[in-house]
Amino acid sequence: MIKHTLRAGRRAVSPGLRCFSETSGGGVSEDGLERTSSPPLTKQASLYVHWPYCLRRCSYCNFNKYIPRENNDPVMTECLQRETETLLQLSQVSCITSVFFGGGTPSLAHPSTIAAVLQTVSRRAYLSDEAEITLEVNPTPVGKSKLEDFCRAGVNRFSIGVQSLQDEDLKSLGRDHSSHQALQAVEEARRLCPGRVSVDVMFGRPKQSVASWEKELSELLRVCDDHVSLYQLTLERGTQLFKQVLGGGVTVPGEDVMAEMYRCARRTLHQDGLLQYEVSNFARHQAVSHHNTGYWKGRQYIGVGPGAHGRFVPLGEGGVLREARTQTLDPDAWIREVQQRGHGTRRRIQLSHLELLEEVLVMGMRMTDGINHKHWEMFSPQLGLREVFGTTSDVQELLQSGHLILDDRGLRCSWDGLVLLDSILPALLVELERQISPRLQIDHHGDGQTKSQTSSPP
Amino acid sequence: MSLCLVKRWCETPLMRRVLQFKVYRRKIQSDNNRTYTLLRHRWMKRLPVFCSGFRMASTQTHKDTIDLSKFPVDRIRNFCIIAHIDHGKSTLADRLLEMTGAIAKTENNKQVLDKLQVERERGITVKAQTASLIYRHQGEQYLLNLIDTPGHVDFSYEVSRSISACQGVLLIVDANQGIQAQTVANFYLAFEAQLAIIPVINKIDLKNADPERVELQIEKVFDIPREECIRISAKLGTNVEAVLQAVVYRVPAPLASIDDPFKALVFDSNFDHYRGVVANIAVFGGRVRKGDRIVSAHLGKSYEVNELGLLRPDEHPTQKLFAGQVGYIIAGMKDVKEAQIGDTLYLQEQPVEALPGFKPAKAMVFAGMFPMDQSDYPGLRSAIDRLTLNDSSVTVQRDSSMALGAGWRLGFLGLLHMEVFNQRLEQEYNASVIVTAPTVPYKAVLSSAKLIKEHGSEEITIVNPAQFPDRSVVSEYLEPMVLGTILSPDSYTGKIMALCLNRRGIQKNMVYIDDQRVMMKYLFPLNEIVVDFYDLLKSMSSGYASFDYENAGYQAADLIKMNILLNGQPVEELITIVHRARAYSQGKAMCERLKDSIPRQMFEVAVQAAIGSKVIARETIKAFRKNVLAKCYGGDITRKMKLLKKQAEGKKKMRRIGNVEVPKDAFINVLKRKIK
Repeated sequence: MIKHTLRAGRRAVSPGLRCFSETSGGGVSEDGLERTSSPPLTKQASLYVHWPYCLRRCSYCNFNKYIPRENNDPVMTECLQRETETLLQLSQVSCITSVFFGGGTPSLAHPSTIAAVLQTVSRRAYLSDEAEITLEVNPTPVGKSKLEDFCRAGVNRFSIGVQSLQDEDLKSLGRDHSSHQALQAVEEARRLCPGRVSVDVMFGRPKQSVASWEKELSELLRVCDDHVSLYQLTLERGTQLFKQVLGGGVTVPGEDVMAEMYRCARRTLHQDGLLQYEVSNFARHQAVSHHNTGYWKGRQYIGVGPGAHGRFVPLGEGGVLREARTQTLDPDAWIREVQQRGHGTRRRIQLSHLELLEEVLVMGMRMTDGINHKHWEMFSPQLGLREVFGTTSDVQELLQSGHLILDDRGLRCSWDGLVLLDSILPALLVELERQISPRLQIDHHGDGQTKSQTSSPP
Repeated sequence: MSLCLVKRWCETPLMRRVLQFKVYRRKIQSDNNRTYTLLRHRWMKRLPVFCSGFRMASTQTHKDTIDLSKFPVDRIRNFCIIAHIDHGKSTLADRLLEMTGAIAKTENNKQVLDKLQVERERGITVKAQTASLIYRHQGEQYLLNLIDTPGHVDFSYEVSRSISACQGVLLIVDANQGIQAQTVANFYLAFEAQLAIIPVINKIDLKNADPERVELQIEKVFDIPREECIRISAKLGTNVEAVLQAVVYRVPAPLASIDDPFKALVFDSNFDHYRGVVANIAVFGGRVRKGDRIVSAHLGKSYEVNELGLLRPDEHPTQKLFAGQVGYIIAGMKDVKEAQIGDTLYLQEQPVEALPGFKPAKAMVFAGMFPMDQSDYPGLRSAIDRLTLNDSSVTVQRDSSMALGAGWRLGFLGLLHMEVFNQRLEQEYNASVIVTAPTVPYKAVLSSAKLIKEHGSEEITIVNPAQFPDRSVVSEYLEPMVLGTILSPDSYTGKIMALCLNRRGIQKNMVYIDDQRVMMKYLFPLNEIVVDFYDLLKSMSSGYASFDYENAGYQAADLIKMNILLNGQPVEELITIVHRARAYSQGKAMCERLKDSIPRQMFEVAVQAAIGSKVIARETIKAFRKNVLAKCYGGDITRKMKLLKKQAEGKKKMRRIGNVEVPKDAFINVLKRKIK
C-alpha cells in the first residue's frame, strides 16, 4: 500500500460531520479561533503526528519514510503516546485544536494506535469533540477496509492520496493502487465522513498534457467531496524520478505547460464551486482544512513522531520565545530517545521576532485571503502591515502591477499574483527586514534619537 | 622575407608578444629535490614576492669566493636560450647548470630556473633568470653567463632586453614539432640584435623525432646551414657537452673594456621585501664595487651599492663586477620602477651615454579586476600592490563599475601576461577576482578644438569604453594592429585562412617551410585576437598550429560604441567598442550570454544591443508564468524560509537597471573571459 503522497502529509480536509460530532460542515467557522475572545497564541496548538513507515517507495517522494523491517507497531504506538505527553507538558497548551496523522503511510497504522494517541491528547489537554482529526489514507483495498475502524478511533476527516486517475501513471510513480481502488476508497470515506474528505491529485506528471489533465480533472470533480489538494509534481533530489529525468529517460512538462495546467485547474475547480483558499488547496462549503490553516496563520503546532516539526513556546521550561523544533528523523533512533528521555527532539531553534514575522508573512501570503490586519497585529502589535509594506517602491510596483493588494482587509496576492508568489516574497522579506531590524537597533540606542531631537534648533 | 620582417621590427617598438598559452602542462614531480623544496618553502613564507628565495638561502651557505678578476673579457660568454614553448629550454638549462656544477646533479632538477608556481605548473617561463656557469674547457676556465629569458613574446620586451645583454643565443627547436611560431619570432629578435645563433635540435630521443626535417626547416626559414645544428636530448643529457663547447667557440666574447667607465644594462629586476630592489645587470664597461655611488640614467637618481655578486643561479656575493660580466646589484632602490628593464647604470662621478633602446613597457591589453566581494577590496589591493612591485610592466588604474563595485583597470603586455598575473594573484595571494573581458587601447583623433585643449593633445588613448568620444568630435578612430605569424600543417590552411578572414585579418605572406608545414603572416586588429582566437586556432588544427604576434602600430578603423539595453535602459558597464563590421555578431553574443544569466522575472525582459538609437540584436527573457512552491505545510517551513531568505539576500545584491534585477553573476558572465 504505499501511501500516497509526497512529503509529510497534511493536506486535505473538509469539515463536516464525523462519527461523534453531528455538526454540519459550517460548524467551525474559519476565523472562529480569532474571533472568539482570541485566547493567547501560546494557550493552544494543533498536533501533527508522523507515522514514518511505508510499504514501498514512490518514485517522486523524498519525505521521511522507512520501509519497516519488522512489525514494531506496539513500540511505535507507545512512543508516540509518550512523546505526545512530554511535548504537551512542555508546551503547557490547554487546548489541542486539531490533530493530523501524516506520514509515511499512517493508514498502515493500526486504528488502535490512532485511538491511543488521541486518548493521550485528551488526557493532557482539551480536545473538543468537534476538533478536526485528519488521517492521510493510501487508497488501497486494505486502506479502504480500515476506514471505518479509523472513524471509530476518532478520525473525522480523511485525506486520500489519489494522485492520478491514470493507472499507467500510478504505476510509473510507484503507487500501489489503481485509480478504481482509489475511487472506491473515496466513496467509502465519503460514506463515513460526508463533506470531510479531501483528495490529493498531482499534475505535471511525466508525459502529461494539458488536455489529458483537463479530462482527468472533470472526472475527478464527479467523484470528489468538498476538498481538493492539487500539487505540481516537484522533482526532489535523491528520488528515483529525479534521476530518471536527469538521465533523460523521463521528461516532465515544461514550465509553461505546468503553468497552463495550474491555470486551467484553478479555473475549472472554481467553476465547480471549489474555491481556492491556498496555493494548492480548494474547498466547497467552507470545508477548508483547519489543521493546515493553522500552519498558514502562524499558529502553534506540536510535531510528534520521527522527523516531525513543531513551532511552539516551551512554556513548561520557562521559555518565552517560539521555537522551531525538529524530531529525530530515523525511527529507530527516535524510539530510543523517546524511551530514554520522553521525547526525540533533535533540534531546537529559537525564533527571533523578525524570524517569526517572516514565517507569518511567508505562510500567510499563501492563502487567497492573505494576511488581515488583525492577524498581523497579533504578531506585530507595534508595526502594522501598512507601515511595513505601504511605503517602499518595490511593493508599490507590485501593487501597481496588480500582483499584490494592500487594503482595509489586509495584504494579499491577487488572482494573478498568487501564481508568482515566490517572486513576490523576496521583495516583501527584504522590506520586512529593513523595517524591523533598524527598529530593534534604535530601541537599543535610544540616545541617538534624543540627540537628533535636541540638536534641532528651536 | 626575413629582411622585410627585420625592417618592420626596426620600425615597431622593441616589443613583441607571443600569444602562446600553455596547453600542455608539465607534471611537476612531487619528489622534488629536497633542498629545493625546502628553500622554496622558506622563501614563500618569508617573502611574499618571488624570485629571491634561492638567493637568500644561498648567501648564507656559500663560503668560497670566486675571484672574478680571473675572468678577463675574452673568457666570458653571455648567451641566452630561446625556444617555442615546451621545446625544452628549461630542461636544457637544468643540464647546463648540472654539468658546470652550479647545481648538484640529481634526478630531480626540473626547471630549476622556473621558480614561480605558475611557471612550473604551466611549464612556462615568465620571469627571466640568470645563472653564471663556470666551465672548464681545454685547461681554461670560462665564465658562461646564461640569461634565461621568458618564453613568451608577451614578455618579449624582457626577452629583447635579455638578448641585448648577450652575444649569442641557443635557438632550441623540438625535433618532433619543428619550427613553431614562437621560434620564428625569437629568431628574428636574435637576428636583429646580430647575435650568434646556435640552432639546437632537442628531444632527439623521442620516437617521432625527425631531426633531418627540422634541420631543413632551419636552413630554409632562417638561412642557417644545417651542419651548424646540434642534435641533443636535454632530458637524457645526450650531446649537451657539445652545446657548451659551441658556446665557447661560436659566441663572441662581449665587447667590453675594463678600462672604460662603468656602464651596465639593467635587464631584469625583482623586489625583495627585506633588501629592496635586486637588479640584474650586464656590465658593459669598467667595474663596480661595493660602496660605489651609481646613477640610473632613466631617473637620474643616485644610489649606493650595498651588495653585488654573481647569480649561480643563487646569489653569490662578490666584491666587484667587471666589464663583460653579468650579476646582481642591490643599491637601496625601493621600487622596481627605479630599476626599469633597459635602463643604464653608471658611476656618479663618471657619467656615460645611456645604452640605446630603452622604452618603458607599454600595456597592450586591458582588463578590469574587481574583488568578488567588496569587503575583499583592501586585501586585493595589497595583493595587486605586491605583485606589481615585482612587475613594473603592469599598469594600474583605479576603476569602478556600478555592477562590480570598486576595482582596477590593469594594463598588461599581452594576454598571457594577464593570465599569469591573474593566476599568481589567485595562487600566491589567495585572492579571488572577477576579471572582465580584455580590451585593447583604442585611439581617437579629436576634431573639436575644445576637446583638444581639454586633453592637451589631438590624439587620445581610450582605455575605458565608457570614455569613448562621440563620432561628432572625432575625425578618426585608430585601433592597434599586430602582425601575426601562424605555423601549421598545410592540411589546416583552408580553415585557418577562413578564421583569419573572419577576424579581419589581411594576409601578408605565406611560405612552405617544408613539404608539409606552412608559415602565414597576417595583419590583424589586436582586438580580434585578444579573446578566443588562439583557442579556436588550436582546436581547429587539433593543436598543431602555433601562433605568435608582434605589435604593428595603429590603423584607422570604423569603430563604434555599442550599448546593451535591458528593457530599453542602457547598462553602463557593458558598453563595448566594436568594429562596425563585427557589431552584430558581438552584440548578438553578448545578448545571448546575458539572456542565459539573468533569471526570469515577473515580466518580460528585452535584452538588446544598440548602436546609437538603432537596435541591432535582441534576445527576450520570458516572464515567469508560475513561480510558487506547490506544497508548504508545517514541516516544510524551515526549508522554504531558507530558500526565500537566500533569494531575499540575493535580491539585495542585485543591480537594478530600470525595472530589471540583474545578479552580479550576469555581468561577470558577460564581462569575464571565457575559460575553456
